[in-house]
Amino acid sequence: MLIKTRKSYQLSEQQVTDESVYHSRRDLLKKLGYLGAGSLLAQSAASQASPIDFFSSKKDTVFQRHALTYAKAEESSQILTPEAKITTHNNFYEFGTNKGDPVENAQDFNVNPWQLKISGEVDKPYTLGYDDLFKRFPLEERIYRLRCVEAWSMVVPWVGFGLAQLIKQAAPNSKAKYVAFETLYDPKQMPGQESRRIGGGVQYPYVEGLRIDEAMNPLTFMSVGLYGKTLPAQNGAPIRLVVPWKYGFKSIKSIVGIKLVEHKPPTTWNILAKNEYGFYANVNPEVDHPRWSQASERRITTGGLFARNRIATLPFNGYGEEVAQLYKGMDLRKNY
Amino acid sequence: MSASANTTKQVTFKSVFLRNRVLLLKIAIHLLAFLPLFGLYFLAFTEQLGADPVEEVIHFTGIGAFNLLLLSLMISPMAKKFRQGYLVQTRRLIGLYSFTYACLHLLNFLAFEVQFDLKLFFNEILDRPYITVGMAALIILLSLAITSITALRRRMGQKWQKLHNWVYIAALLIALHFFWSVKSDIVEPMIYFTIALFLLALRKDKIKRWFK
Repeated sequence: MLIKTRKSYQLSEQQVTDESVYHSRRDLLKKLGYLGAGSLLAQSAASQASPIDFFSSKKDTVFQRHALTYAKAEESSQILTPEAKITTHNNFYEFGTNKGDPVENAQDFNVNPWQLKISGEVDKPYTLGYDDLFKRFPLEERIYRLRCVEAWSMVVPWVGFGLAQLIKQAAPNSKAKYVAFETLYDPKQMPGQESRRIGGGVQYPYVEGLRIDEAMNPLTFMSVGLYGKTLPAQNGAPIRLVVPWKYGFKSIKSIVGIKLVEHKPPTTWNILAKNEYGFYANVNPEVDHPRWSQASERRITTGGLFARNRIATLPFNGYGEEVAQLYKGMDLRKNY
Repeated sequence: MSASANTTKQVTFKSVFLRNRVLLLKIAIHLLAFLPLFGLYFLAFTEQLGADPVEEVIHFTGIGAFNLLLLSLMISPMAKKFRQGYLVQTRRLIGLYSFTYACLHLLNFLAFEVQFDLKLFFNEILDRPYITVGMAALIILLSLAITSITALRRRMGQKWQKLHNWVYIAALLIALHFFWSVKSDIVEPMIYFTIALFLLALRKDKIKRWFK
Protein backbone atom coordinates (compact mmCIF):
# COMPACT_ATOMS: atom_id res chain seq x y z
CA MET A 1 0.00 0.00 0.00
CA LEU A 2 1.26 3.43 -0.87
CA ILE A 3 1.15 5.78 2.06
CA LYS A 4 1.88 9.37 1.19
CA THR A 5 3.18 11.39 4.07
CA ARG A 6 3.13 15.10 3.75
CA LYS A 7 6.31 16.79 4.83
CA SER A 8 5.95 19.75 7.15
CA TYR A 9 7.01 22.14 4.42
CA GLN A 10 4.73 20.66 1.80
CA LEU A 11 1.87 22.98 2.36
CA SER A 12 -1.38 22.02 0.78
CA GLU A 13 -2.87 24.18 -1.93
CA GLN A 14 -5.67 25.56 0.17
CA GLN A 15 -3.16 26.93 2.67
CA VAL A 16 -1.75 29.15 0.01
CA THR A 17 -3.55 32.33 -0.87
CA ASP A 18 -4.23 32.64 -4.55
CA GLU A 19 -1.50 34.49 -6.36
CA SER A 20 -3.83 36.81 -8.19
CA VAL A 21 -5.30 38.00 -4.92
CA TYR A 22 -1.85 38.96 -3.77
CA HIS A 23 -1.05 40.77 -6.94
CA SER A 24 -4.24 42.77 -6.82
CA ARG A 25 -3.67 44.02 -3.30
CA ARG A 26 -2.01 47.31 -4.28
CA ASP A 27 -4.83 47.97 -6.66
CA LEU A 28 -7.35 47.33 -3.91
CA LEU A 29 -5.60 49.83 -1.67
CA LYS A 30 -5.42 52.34 -4.49
CA LYS A 31 -9.11 51.95 -5.05
CA LEU A 32 -9.64 52.74 -1.40
CA GLY A 33 -8.01 55.99 -2.40
CA TYR A 34 -6.15 56.66 0.78
CA LEU A 35 -2.49 56.10 0.09
CA GLY A 36 -0.10 58.93 0.70
CA ALA A 37 0.84 61.58 -1.80
CA GLY A 38 4.08 59.82 -2.60
CA SER A 39 2.34 56.61 -3.52
CA LEU A 40 0.14 58.52 -5.87
CA LEU A 41 3.20 59.94 -7.57
CA ALA A 42 4.86 56.53 -7.61
CA GLN A 43 1.78 55.05 -9.18
CA SER A 44 2.22 56.89 -12.44
CA ALA A 45 5.86 55.98 -12.73
CA ALA A 46 5.60 52.45 -11.52
CA SER A 47 2.54 50.89 -13.01
CA GLN A 48 1.31 53.46 -15.50
CA ALA A 49 -2.12 52.95 -14.04
CA SER A 50 -4.85 54.41 -16.14
CA PRO A 51 -8.57 54.41 -15.44
CA ILE A 52 -8.84 51.47 -17.82
CA ASP A 53 -6.69 49.39 -15.48
CA PHE A 54 -9.60 49.52 -13.12
CA PHE A 55 -11.40 47.04 -15.30
CA SER A 56 -8.56 44.97 -16.69
CA SER A 57 -5.59 44.86 -14.35
CA LYS A 58 -3.81 42.53 -16.72
CA LYS A 59 -0.03 42.52 -16.89
CA ASP A 60 1.57 42.56 -20.32
CA THR A 61 4.39 40.26 -19.34
CA VAL A 62 4.85 37.84 -16.50
CA PHE A 63 8.34 36.91 -15.39
CA GLN A 64 8.99 33.30 -16.39
CA ARG A 65 10.23 30.75 -13.86
CA HIS A 66 11.42 27.25 -14.61
CA ALA A 67 11.47 24.09 -12.56
CA LEU A 68 14.88 23.09 -11.20
CA THR A 69 16.50 19.73 -10.52
CA TYR A 70 18.08 19.65 -7.07
CA ALA A 71 18.66 17.59 -3.95
CA LYS A 72 15.73 18.09 -1.60
CA ALA A 73 16.34 19.41 1.90
CA GLU A 74 15.82 17.18 4.89
CA GLU A 75 12.46 17.39 6.52
CA SER A 76 12.15 20.48 8.67
CA SER A 77 9.88 21.08 11.63
CA GLN A 78 9.68 24.76 10.74
CA ILE A 79 6.55 26.07 9.11
CA LEU A 80 7.50 27.49 5.75
CA THR A 81 6.34 30.90 4.66
CA PRO A 82 3.92 30.36 1.75
CA GLU A 83 5.38 31.05 -1.65
CA ALA A 84 2.82 33.75 -2.37
CA LYS A 85 4.09 35.74 0.62
CA ILE A 86 7.78 35.24 -0.13
CA THR A 87 7.22 36.52 -3.65
CA THR A 88 5.02 39.54 -2.87
CA HIS A 89 6.71 41.02 0.19
CA ASN A 90 10.11 42.19 -0.94
CA ASN A 91 12.69 44.79 -0.11
CA PHE A 92 14.31 45.32 -3.48
CA TYR A 93 14.53 49.10 -3.78
CA GLU A 94 15.75 48.87 -7.38
CA PHE A 95 12.08 48.17 -8.13
CA GLY A 96 10.51 50.53 -5.56
CA THR A 97 10.50 50.97 -1.81
CA ASN A 98 7.08 49.57 -0.91
CA LYS A 99 6.98 45.86 -0.15
CA GLY A 100 4.55 45.26 -3.02
CA ASP A 101 6.46 47.35 -5.58
CA PRO A 102 9.04 44.76 -6.70
CA VAL A 103 6.44 42.17 -7.71
CA GLU A 104 4.63 44.86 -9.70
CA ASN A 105 7.63 46.47 -11.32
CA ALA A 106 9.98 43.54 -11.93
CA GLN A 107 7.80 41.41 -14.16
CA ASP A 108 9.59 42.32 -17.37
CA PHE A 109 13.06 42.18 -15.84
CA ASN A 110 15.28 40.39 -18.36
CA VAL A 111 17.83 38.03 -16.78
CA ASN A 112 18.85 35.97 -19.79
CA PRO A 113 21.55 36.60 -20.98
CA TRP A 114 23.34 37.19 -17.68
CA GLN A 115 26.97 37.50 -16.71
CA LEU A 116 28.35 36.90 -13.24
CA LYS A 117 32.04 37.80 -13.08
CA ILE A 118 34.30 36.33 -10.40
CA SER A 119 37.48 38.40 -10.23
CA GLY A 120 39.95 40.23 -8.04
CA GLU A 121 42.59 38.49 -5.93
CA VAL A 122 42.20 35.14 -7.65
CA ASP A 123 44.38 33.00 -9.89
CA LYS A 124 41.56 31.89 -12.16
CA PRO A 125 39.00 34.59 -12.71
CA TYR A 126 35.96 33.41 -14.64
CA THR A 127 32.49 34.37 -15.77
CA LEU A 128 29.26 32.43 -15.46
CA GLY A 129 26.58 32.82 -18.09
CA TYR A 130 22.87 32.36 -17.43
CA ASP A 131 22.83 28.59 -18.01
CA ASP A 132 26.03 28.10 -16.00
CA LEU A 133 24.27 29.45 -12.92
CA PHE A 134 22.12 26.33 -12.84
CA LYS A 135 24.64 23.80 -14.24
CA ARG A 136 28.13 24.56 -12.98
CA PHE A 137 27.49 23.42 -9.40
CA PRO A 138 25.12 20.72 -8.13
CA LEU A 139 21.96 22.34 -6.81
CA GLU A 140 20.53 21.59 -3.40
CA GLU A 141 17.66 22.90 -1.30
CA ARG A 142 18.25 24.77 1.98
CA ILE A 143 15.49 25.81 4.30
CA TYR A 144 16.68 29.00 6.00
CA ARG A 145 15.17 31.56 8.31
CA LEU A 146 15.41 35.06 6.85
CA ARG A 147 15.44 37.83 9.45
CA CYS A 148 14.88 41.33 8.13
CA VAL A 149 16.43 44.28 9.97
CA GLU A 150 12.85 45.64 10.15
CA ALA A 151 12.05 42.90 12.70
CA TRP A 152 10.00 40.49 10.59
CA SER A 153 11.13 37.10 9.39
CA MET A 154 10.24 34.31 6.99
CA VAL A 155 11.24 30.69 6.42
CA VAL A 156 12.33 30.13 2.83
CA PRO A 157 13.18 26.95 0.89
CA TRP A 158 16.02 28.21 -1.28
CA VAL A 159 17.63 26.25 -4.11
CA GLY A 160 21.27 26.87 -4.96
CA PHE A 161 24.84 26.02 -4.00
CA GLY A 162 27.44 26.98 -1.41
CA LEU A 163 29.32 30.21 -2.11
CA ALA A 164 32.52 28.40 -1.07
CA GLN A 165 32.36 26.20 -4.18
CA LEU A 166 32.12 29.22 -6.45
CA ILE A 167 35.03 30.96 -4.72
CA LYS A 168 37.27 27.87 -4.64
CA GLN A 169 36.91 27.45 -8.37
CA ALA A 170 38.52 30.87 -8.85
CA ALA A 171 41.51 29.89 -6.67
CA PRO A 172 41.80 32.95 -4.42
CA ASN A 173 45.32 34.12 -3.54
CA SER A 174 46.66 35.08 -0.10
CA LYS A 175 45.54 38.69 -0.49
CA ALA A 176 41.87 37.69 -0.68
CA LYS A 177 40.60 38.82 2.73
CA TYR A 178 37.12 40.00 1.80
CA VAL A 179 34.50 39.31 -0.82
CA ALA A 180 32.71 42.22 -2.50
CA PHE A 181 29.37 41.71 -4.25
CA GLU A 182 27.61 43.95 -6.73
CA THR A 183 24.04 44.04 -8.06
CA LEU A 184 23.29 44.73 -11.71
CA TYR A 185 23.23 48.42 -12.59
CA ASP A 186 20.67 48.93 -15.33
CA PRO A 187 18.45 51.99 -14.81
CA LYS A 188 16.46 51.13 -17.94
CA GLN A 189 15.24 47.96 -16.29
CA MET A 190 15.34 49.09 -12.69
CA PRO A 191 13.15 52.16 -12.13
CA GLY A 192 14.61 52.64 -8.63
CA GLN A 193 18.05 53.24 -10.13
CA GLU A 194 16.62 55.64 -12.67
CA SER A 195 14.76 57.77 -10.15
CA ARG A 196 15.91 58.71 -6.65
CA ARG A 197 12.30 58.97 -5.58
CA ILE A 198 11.41 55.41 -6.55
CA GLY A 199 14.75 54.02 -5.37
CA GLY A 200 14.56 55.51 -1.87
CA GLY A 201 17.68 57.64 -2.17
CA VAL A 202 19.99 54.63 -2.18
CA GLN A 203 23.31 54.91 -4.02
CA TYR A 204 23.37 52.34 -6.82
CA PRO A 205 24.61 49.81 -7.74
CA TYR A 206 23.85 48.04 -4.48
CA VAL A 207 27.03 46.59 -3.01
CA GLU A 208 27.64 44.17 -0.18
CA GLY A 209 30.57 42.41 1.40
CA LEU A 210 31.67 39.54 3.60
CA ARG A 211 34.88 38.58 5.31
CA ILE A 212 36.47 35.65 3.45
CA ASP A 213 35.89 33.23 6.35
CA GLU A 214 32.21 34.26 6.45
CA ALA A 215 31.99 33.73 2.71
CA MET A 216 33.59 30.27 2.96
CA ASN A 217 31.29 29.14 5.80
CA PRO A 218 29.18 26.17 4.66
CA LEU A 219 25.96 28.07 5.52
CA THR A 220 26.69 30.88 3.08
CA PHE A 221 24.61 30.17 0.03
CA MET A 222 24.13 31.33 -3.53
CA SER A 223 20.47 30.98 -4.35
CA VAL A 224 19.18 30.53 -7.89
CA GLY A 225 15.70 29.39 -6.93
CA LEU A 226 13.00 29.01 -4.32
CA TYR A 227 10.15 26.57 -3.88
CA GLY A 228 11.74 24.33 -6.51
CA LYS A 229 11.73 26.88 -9.32
CA THR A 230 14.12 29.57 -10.52
CA LEU A 231 13.97 32.81 -8.53
CA PRO A 232 11.22 35.31 -9.28
CA ALA A 233 12.65 38.65 -10.44
CA GLN A 234 11.52 40.38 -7.25
CA ASN A 235 13.47 37.91 -5.11
CA GLY A 236 16.75 38.62 -6.87
CA ALA A 237 16.79 36.59 -10.07
CA PRO A 238 18.78 35.02 -11.49
CA ILE A 239 21.24 34.67 -8.60
CA ARG A 240 21.47 36.11 -5.11
CA LEU A 241 23.35 35.68 -1.89
CA VAL A 242 21.76 34.19 1.24
CA VAL A 243 23.54 34.66 4.57
CA PRO A 244 21.03 33.32 7.08
CA TRP A 245 22.69 34.56 10.28
CA LYS A 246 22.80 38.16 9.08
CA TYR A 247 20.03 40.70 8.53
CA GLY A 248 18.39 40.36 5.15
CA PHE A 249 19.99 43.42 3.56
CA LYS A 250 23.33 41.55 3.49
CA SER A 251 21.80 38.98 1.14
CA ILE A 252 22.35 40.99 -2.04
CA LYS A 253 20.17 40.28 -5.08
CA SER A 254 20.68 39.94 -8.85
CA ILE A 255 24.46 39.72 -8.58
CA VAL A 256 26.75 40.50 -11.54
CA GLY A 257 30.08 40.77 -9.76
CA ILE A 258 31.90 38.87 -7.02
CA LYS A 259 35.34 40.28 -6.35
CA LEU A 260 37.89 38.95 -3.90
CA VAL A 261 39.60 41.95 -2.30
CA GLU A 262 42.23 42.76 0.30
CA HIS A 263 40.40 45.51 2.19
CA LYS A 264 36.95 45.73 3.70
CA PRO A 265 34.62 46.74 0.84
CA PRO A 266 31.93 49.43 1.18
CA THR A 267 28.38 48.18 1.77
CA THR A 268 25.23 49.98 0.67
CA TRP A 269 23.26 50.43 3.89
CA ASN A 270 26.41 51.26 5.82
CA ILE A 271 27.10 54.06 3.34
CA LEU A 272 23.54 55.29 3.80
CA ALA A 273 23.44 55.27 7.62
CA LYS A 274 26.66 54.25 9.36
CA ASN A 275 25.23 54.36 12.86
CA GLU A 276 22.28 52.13 11.96
CA TYR A 277 23.76 49.45 9.68
CA GLY A 278 27.19 47.95 10.27
CA PHE A 279 29.40 45.87 8.01
CA TYR A 280 28.74 42.68 9.97
CA ALA A 281 24.97 43.05 10.52
CA ASN A 282 24.76 39.77 12.41
CA VAL A 283 21.32 39.11 13.81
CA ASN A 284 21.64 40.07 17.46
CA PRO A 285 18.73 40.50 19.90
CA GLU A 286 21.06 42.31 22.33
CA VAL A 287 21.94 45.14 19.98
CA ASP A 288 18.94 47.23 18.97
CA HIS A 289 18.61 49.22 15.80
CA PRO A 290 18.81 52.84 17.01
CA ARG A 291 15.16 53.32 16.11
CA TRP A 292 13.59 50.02 17.08
CA SER A 293 14.12 46.89 19.16
CA GLN A 294 15.73 43.78 17.69
CA ALA A 295 14.85 41.58 20.67
CA SER A 296 11.89 39.95 18.95
CA GLU A 297 10.42 39.56 15.50
CA ARG A 298 7.19 38.79 13.70
CA ARG A 299 7.48 35.46 11.90
CA ILE A 300 5.43 35.67 8.72
CA THR A 301 4.03 32.25 7.84
CA THR A 302 0.50 31.14 7.17
CA GLY A 303 -1.38 33.44 9.58
CA GLY A 304 -2.95 36.80 8.81
CA LEU A 305 -3.57 39.95 10.81
CA PHE A 306 -4.39 38.06 13.98
CA ALA A 307 -1.45 35.66 13.91
CA ARG A 308 0.26 35.54 17.27
CA ASN A 309 3.61 35.36 15.60
CA ARG A 310 5.90 37.51 17.71
CA ILE A 311 8.82 35.34 18.74
CA ALA A 312 12.13 35.98 20.45
CA THR A 313 15.00 36.73 18.08
CA LEU A 314 17.93 34.36 18.51
CA PRO A 315 21.62 35.36 18.39
CA PHE A 316 22.92 34.77 14.86
CA ASN A 317 19.31 34.04 13.92
CA GLY A 318 19.65 30.63 15.59
CA TYR A 319 22.77 29.63 13.62
CA GLY A 320 25.21 30.34 16.46
CA GLU A 321 26.47 26.78 16.55
CA GLU A 322 27.70 27.08 12.99
CA VAL A 323 29.00 30.64 12.96
CA ALA A 324 29.61 32.05 16.46
CA GLN A 325 33.28 30.99 16.34
CA LEU A 326 33.84 33.38 13.43
CA TYR A 327 33.46 36.28 15.84
CA LYS A 328 35.41 35.02 18.85
CA GLY A 329 36.92 37.87 20.80
CA MET A 330 35.06 40.54 18.85
CA ASP A 331 32.87 43.11 20.55
CA LEU A 332 29.61 42.59 18.69
CA ARG A 333 28.17 45.81 20.13
CA LYS A 334 30.85 47.76 18.33
CA ASN A 335 30.92 45.49 15.30
CA TYR A 336 27.16 45.56 14.71
CA MET B 1 -53.54 81.42 -2.44
CA SER B 2 -51.12 78.62 -3.20
CA ALA B 3 -49.94 80.37 -6.35
CA SER B 4 -48.88 83.45 -4.42
CA ALA B 5 -46.93 81.27 -1.92
CA ASN B 6 -44.98 79.82 -4.79
CA THR B 7 -43.94 83.19 -6.09
CA THR B 8 -42.70 84.46 -2.72
CA LYS B 9 -40.64 81.38 -1.88
CA GLN B 10 -39.55 79.14 -4.68
CA VAL B 11 -38.54 75.65 -3.64
CA THR B 12 -35.88 74.73 -6.15
CA PHE B 13 -33.29 72.02 -6.13
CA LYS B 14 -30.65 74.67 -5.69
CA SER B 15 -32.26 76.22 -2.67
CA VAL B 16 -32.67 72.87 -0.95
CA PHE B 17 -29.06 72.09 -1.71
CA LEU B 18 -27.83 75.41 -0.35
CA ARG B 19 -29.87 75.12 2.80
CA ASN B 20 -28.49 71.63 3.49
CA ARG B 21 -25.00 71.99 2.14
CA VAL B 22 -23.31 71.57 5.52
CA LEU B 23 -25.29 68.43 6.20
CA LEU B 24 -24.47 67.06 2.74
CA LEU B 25 -20.81 67.87 3.19
CA LYS B 26 -20.80 66.08 6.51
CA ILE B 27 -22.40 63.01 5.00
CA ALA B 28 -19.73 63.05 2.30
CA ILE B 29 -16.99 63.35 4.94
CA HIS B 30 -18.46 60.44 6.89
CA LEU B 31 -18.47 58.28 3.77
CA LEU B 32 -15.02 59.30 2.56
CA ALA B 33 -13.43 58.80 5.96
CA PHE B 34 -15.28 55.73 7.12
CA LEU B 35 -15.49 53.61 3.96
CA PRO B 36 -11.71 53.31 3.47
CA LEU B 37 -11.40 52.12 7.06
CA PHE B 38 -14.14 49.59 6.52
CA GLY B 39 -12.46 48.44 3.31
CA LEU B 40 -9.07 48.22 4.97
CA TYR B 41 -10.19 45.98 7.80
CA PHE B 42 -12.39 43.95 5.52
CA LEU B 43 -9.37 43.19 3.34
CA ALA B 44 -7.22 42.54 6.40
CA PHE B 45 -9.72 40.17 8.01
CA THR B 46 -10.23 38.26 4.79
CA GLU B 47 -6.47 37.92 4.24
CA GLN B 48 -6.38 40.01 1.11
CA LEU B 49 -3.85 42.52 2.33
CA GLY B 50 -0.65 40.84 1.27
CA ALA B 51 2.07 39.01 3.11
CA ASP B 52 2.24 41.45 5.99
CA PRO B 53 -1.18 42.93 6.72
CA VAL B 54 0.22 44.33 9.96
CA GLU B 55 2.49 46.77 8.18
CA GLU B 56 -0.35 47.69 5.81
CA VAL B 57 -2.92 48.54 8.49
CA ILE B 58 -0.38 50.50 10.51
CA HIS B 59 0.78 52.57 7.54
CA PHE B 60 -2.71 53.07 6.14
CA THR B 61 -4.18 54.42 9.37
CA GLY B 62 -1.07 56.52 10.08
CA ILE B 63 -1.07 58.19 6.68
CA GLY B 64 -4.86 58.50 6.86
CA ALA B 65 -4.66 60.36 10.17
CA PHE B 66 -2.10 62.77 8.74
CA ASN B 67 -4.08 63.33 5.53
CA LEU B 68 -7.19 64.17 7.53
CA LEU B 69 -5.35 66.47 9.92
CA LEU B 70 -3.83 68.40 7.03
CA LEU B 71 -7.25 68.58 5.40
CA SER B 72 -8.72 70.01 8.59
CA LEU B 73 -5.99 72.65 8.57
CA MET B 74 -6.89 73.60 5.01
CA ILE B 75 -10.49 74.35 5.89
CA SER B 76 -10.24 77.80 7.42
CA PRO B 77 -7.78 79.21 4.83
CA MET B 78 -10.11 77.92 2.10
CA ALA B 79 -13.21 79.30 3.79
CA LYS B 80 -11.54 82.70 3.96
CA LYS B 81 -10.14 82.70 0.46
CA PHE B 82 -13.33 81.62 -1.24
CA ARG B 83 -15.63 83.36 1.24
CA GLN B 84 -17.41 80.14 2.10
CA GLY B 85 -17.80 80.53 5.84
CA TYR B 86 -19.99 77.47 6.24
CA LEU B 87 -17.00 75.22 5.45
CA VAL B 88 -15.69 75.85 8.94
CA GLN B 89 -18.61 73.84 10.29
CA THR B 90 -17.02 70.68 8.87
CA ARG B 91 -13.68 71.20 10.59
CA ARG B 92 -14.50 69.46 13.84
CA LEU B 93 -15.75 66.33 12.09
CA ILE B 94 -12.59 66.04 9.99
CA GLY B 95 -10.45 66.61 13.05
CA LEU B 96 -12.30 63.90 14.96
CA TYR B 97 -11.81 61.46 12.10
CA SER B 98 -8.11 62.27 12.10
CA PHE B 99 -8.07 61.44 15.81
CA THR B 100 -9.96 58.18 15.13
CA TYR B 101 -7.41 57.15 12.51
CA ALA B 102 -4.57 58.04 14.87
CA CYS B 103 -6.12 55.93 17.66
CA LEU B 104 -6.44 52.98 15.29
CA HIS B 105 -2.84 53.55 14.21
CA LEU B 106 -1.71 53.11 17.82
CA LEU B 107 -4.12 50.23 18.47
CA ASN B 108 -2.83 48.42 15.39
CA PHE B 109 0.69 48.83 16.69
CA LEU B 110 -0.31 47.52 20.11
CA ALA B 111 -2.49 44.63 18.95
CA PHE B 112 -0.76 43.43 15.79
CA GLU B 113 2.83 44.67 15.87
CA VAL B 114 3.85 44.14 19.52
CA GLN B 115 0.86 41.81 20.08
CA PHE B 116 -0.04 43.09 23.57
CA ASP B 117 3.47 42.68 24.90
CA LEU B 118 2.94 45.69 27.18
CA LYS B 119 6.53 45.86 28.34
CA LEU B 120 7.74 46.08 24.76
CA PHE B 121 4.93 48.54 23.95
CA PHE B 122 5.89 51.03 26.65
CA ASN B 123 9.61 50.53 26.11
CA GLU B 124 9.23 51.31 22.43
CA ILE B 125 7.18 54.45 23.17
CA LEU B 126 9.76 55.71 25.64
CA ASP B 127 12.99 54.51 23.99
CA ARG B 128 12.34 55.24 20.35
CA PRO B 129 12.30 58.98 19.67
CA TYR B 130 10.13 58.68 16.57
CA ILE B 131 7.48 56.77 18.49
CA THR B 132 7.72 59.16 21.45
CA VAL B 133 7.08 62.04 19.07
CA GLY B 134 4.09 60.25 17.54
CA MET B 135 2.70 59.53 20.98
CA ALA B 136 3.07 63.19 21.97
CA ALA B 137 1.09 64.17 18.87
CA LEU B 138 -1.62 61.65 19.74
CA ILE B 139 -1.92 63.07 23.26
CA ILE B 140 -2.41 66.53 21.76
CA LEU B 141 -5.09 65.18 19.41
CA LEU B 142 -6.76 63.44 22.35
CA SER B 143 -7.01 66.64 24.34
CA LEU B 144 -8.38 68.47 21.30
CA ALA B 145 -10.93 65.72 20.67
CA ILE B 146 -12.21 65.78 24.26
CA THR B 147 -12.52 69.56 24.32
CA SER B 148 -14.31 69.60 20.99
CA ILE B 149 -17.56 68.97 22.83
CA THR B 150 -19.60 72.17 22.51
CA ALA B 151 -20.40 72.43 26.22
CA LEU B 152 -16.74 72.20 27.16
CA ARG B 153 -15.78 74.68 24.50
CA ARG B 154 -18.22 77.23 25.91
CA ARG B 155 -17.02 76.68 29.45
CA MET B 156 -13.35 77.05 28.49
CA GLY B 157 -13.79 80.47 26.91
CA GLN B 158 -10.50 81.93 25.67
CA LYS B 159 -8.48 79.02 26.92
CA TRP B 160 -10.12 76.84 24.29
CA GLN B 161 -8.48 78.63 21.37
CA LYS B 162 -5.12 78.52 23.13
CA LEU B 163 -5.39 74.79 23.60
CA HIS B 164 -6.54 74.20 20.05
CA ASN B 165 -3.59 76.15 18.64
CA TRP B 166 -1.58 73.12 19.71
CA VAL B 167 -2.83 71.44 16.56
CA TYR B 168 0.02 73.20 14.73
CA ILE B 169 2.54 71.57 17.05
CA ALA B 170 0.82 68.22 16.48
CA ALA B 171 1.09 68.60 12.69
CA LEU B 172 4.82 69.24 12.96
CA LEU B 173 5.32 66.34 15.37
CA ILE B 174 3.48 63.98 13.03
CA ALA B 175 5.58 65.16 10.09
CA LEU B 176 8.70 64.45 12.16
CA HIS B 177 7.32 61.08 13.26
CA PHE B 178 6.77 60.09 9.63
CA PHE B 179 10.15 61.41 8.48
CA TRP B 180 11.95 59.59 11.28
CA SER B 181 10.17 56.27 10.79
CA VAL B 182 11.33 55.52 7.25
CA LYS B 183 14.55 53.74 6.38
CA SER B 184 15.70 55.82 3.46
CA ASP B 185 12.76 56.82 1.26
CA ILE B 186 12.36 60.36 2.51
CA VAL B 187 10.61 61.83 -0.51
CA GLU B 188 7.07 61.21 0.71
CA PRO B 189 7.76 62.48 4.26
CA MET B 190 9.36 65.58 2.72
CA ILE B 191 6.23 66.25 0.67
CA TYR B 192 4.16 66.02 3.84
CA PHE B 193 6.56 68.26 5.75
CA THR B 194 6.30 70.86 3.01
CA ILE B 195 2.51 70.79 3.05
CA ALA B 196 2.47 71.11 6.84
CA LEU B 197 4.89 74.06 6.73
CA PHE B 198 2.83 75.70 3.99
CA LEU B 199 -0.33 75.43 6.08
CA LEU B 200 1.51 76.96 9.02
CA ALA B 201 2.93 79.72 6.83
CA LEU B 202 -0.63 80.73 5.92
CA ARG B 203 -1.07 81.50 9.60
CA LYS B 204 2.19 83.33 10.08
CA ASP B 205 0.58 86.50 11.42
CA LYS B 206 -1.29 84.55 14.05
CA ILE B 207 1.82 82.60 15.03
CA LYS B 208 3.93 85.79 15.18
CA ARG B 209 1.45 87.28 17.63
CA TRP B 210 2.11 84.48 20.13
CA PHE B 211 5.74 85.45 20.34
CA LYS B 212 5.03 89.12 21.04
